Amino acid sequence: MTVLTLSKAINHGLRKSMEADPKVLIMGEDVGKLGGVFRVTDGLQKDFGEARVVDTPLAESGIVGTAIGLALRGYRPVCEIQFDGFVFPAFDQIVSQLAKQRLRSLGRVAMPVVIRIPCGGGIGAVEHHSESPEVYFVHAAGLRVVACSGPADAYTMIQQSIACDDPVIFFEPKRRYWDKAEVDTAAALDGALPLTSARIVTEGSDATVIAYGPMVRTCVEAAVAAREDGRALEVIDLRSLSPLDIATVIASVRKTGRCVVVHEAPVTAGLGAEIAARVTQECFYHLEAPVLRVGGFSTPYPPSRLEEHFLPDLDRVLDAVDRAFAF
Amino acid sequence: MAVDADGAVTAAPGSASLDGQAGSRVETVQLLTPEGERLEHPDYPLELSADEVKGLYRDLVLVRRIDTEAIALQRQGELGIWASLLGQEAAQVGSGRALGPRDMAFPTYREHGVAWCRGLDPMKLFELFRGVSHGGWDPAEHNFHVYTIVIGAQALHATGYAMGIQRDGLVGEDGEAAIVYFGDGATSQGDVNEAFVFASVFNAPVVFFCQNNQWAISEPLERQSRVPLYQRASGFGFPGVQVDGNDVFACLAVTRKAMQAAREGQGPTFIEAFTYRMGAHTTTDDPTRYRLAAELEAWKLKDPVERVKAYLVRTGGADQAFFEAIEAEAADVGRSVRQACLAMPDPEPLAIFENVYSEPNALLAAEREQFAAYLDSFEPEEVAR
Repeated sequence: MTVLTLSKAINHGLRKSMEADPKVLIMGEDVGKLGGVFRVTDGLQKDFGEARVVDTPLAESGIVGTAIGLALRGYRPVCEIQFDGFVFPAFDQIVSQLAKQRLRSLGRVAMPVVIRIPCGGGIGAVEHHSESPEVYFVHAAGLRVVACSGPADAYTMIQQSIACDDPVIFFEPKRRYWDKAEVDTAAALDGALPLTSARIVTEGSDATVIAYGPMVRTCVEAAVAAREDGRALEVIDLRSLSPLDIATVIASVRKTGRCVVVHEAPVTAGLGAEIAARVTQECFYHLEAPVLRVGGFSTPYPPSRLEEHFLPDLDRVLDAVDRAFAF
Repeated sequence: MAVDADGAVTAAPGSASLDGQAGSRVETVQLLTPEGERLEHPDYPLELSADEVKGLYRDLVLVRRIDTEAIALQRQGELGIWASLLGQEAAQVGSGRALGPRDMAFPTYREHGVAWCRGLDPMKLFELFRGVSHGGWDPAEHNFHVYTIVIGAQALHATGYAMGIQRDGLVGEDGEAAIVYFGDGATSQGDVNEAFVFASVFNAPVVFFCQNNQWAISEPLERQSRVPLYQRASGFGFPGVQVDGNDVFACLAVTRKAMQAAREGQGPTFIEAFTYRMGAHTTTDDPTRYRLAAELEAWKLKDPVERVKAYLVRTGGADQAFFEAIEAEAADVGRSVRQACLAMPDPEPLAIFENVYSEPNALLAAEREQFAAYLDSFEPEEVAR
């Protein structure tokens, strides 16, 4: 076991994948000498060379589009989009090209491309640096979408994503990059939780709180606080947003009878809406209260002096839990 | 751009001079005039045996015949739509025959002539336009990628593929290269320009083959560019050349040279094949709403097929029996693609769920199961409908 930050854990995972498979490449803006603006790729170009860790021209569509071509040639590119709000110039290449090569070729073409996106707010940044664009990609069939929440999972999930023959959009909660935890860097991937599985982070019997990415830590803290009020919250880290591990969610809500979904993205047509619909359909007679959503407002991301009001925090999660119990 | 629609091609042998912007002179590589007269060009020597010329002629005639049959099938409701290559046969056959078996081609949705040269069964194209699949061929089988419909997106795929060739160490002697096809409209797309940047700074072995057919649906070239398209390449730092796109010899020679340069490590070339879309953009389009018949009439005189025939007749390279045999073969090909198209079954409804992911997906499996049960709930004859 080694104590690593989230950023370093992804770095170690990338390194391990590159060592295991010479076809794994890293591409992006400033990923080489600089090691990325969050230092996630720190030291990799020095050890693996410029052909495998590629500082690309400043063009997101170009990064993803050329990654598709490299994948056609047998490579496994890992693209870094520098910030969430900069992924949109690459949107066509991701949703219309990357996601659809397999179907377009009737299964002849695999697209083992990972697109890493630092996401979410809470770092006091300017516009376009704090967004949560995950549902755009969840809506695009052919893509897999995952979100890591802490170092241990991130270390294995990045390796599993690189090994996956489908394109994976890999969200990294940027305000958690410096969170530390123990990571077992000696463990084999075979024994790890599958990439498609959710994880029950905190067990509880009174209400299910569902989160992913940056909100997992917030919800775990909320569960600790709720325990003082005598409420046992079950916190689920979804990890995989597409496909959704809805079976784990359903089993939990059938047990607890209450469900709160938490994400930074605006609630309107967010992932919480999908979960609420499925939970309502599958757990109708188990529910003690409607499924509640806690998320960003249905506004553009605000200037950073206002972001603490926009972002769900421990109190807003507990407020929703209270409402679920009061129903 | 001030290129005449009737583009009087009168220049020193081998290079046609079309009037470009004031102060810029456009040089167009031409090796075969519309009258079938052979020209030499110092930069593009081309030795072709009579059999090779006859082979090109056969390609041109057969791809035109497949195209004609496809338009008819669309009119009869057998294809949903068709994007005709009429007028662009020489650009496609010339460039397509310049490729080696290990080179990789990235087409738009109109590259039926290149598909033919790569050995792809025309029925795979018909599948797409009939709505049976989105393409569905194996790109690796013929080194011909699936058709890309979003304009210009494939320019980046070709460039990335070429970056892969570099990483495989296959640039140099016995090297490989990629070629990407796109049109004049696509040169306005960000992806094409980003591909130019990536190809240039990484010196990727890729050839950009632009068929300037003068029209992006209803928008003329003037709406895409103030300068001749091939001149844009210099701003990106690699050579650009304009070739008579209705001259199969010139397209072959220019593409051969560019591909060889790419394979050897000299980086990208931009080729502008100056041609004309003789038909509609697709079968849903009505070009009489936006262009003059006189323009079409002028380009008919520069037909890519007729000039090869004239050359073969002029040089005695082929006799009447040859032309008759090709006509007979074209009729056979037309018949066989028609029959195969009519016999093409629709996919099973549950095929919707296939080839989305590499492995089973619980959510899709559940939807599939529900839909299968829904279908099963009908009486058998209703399903058979």
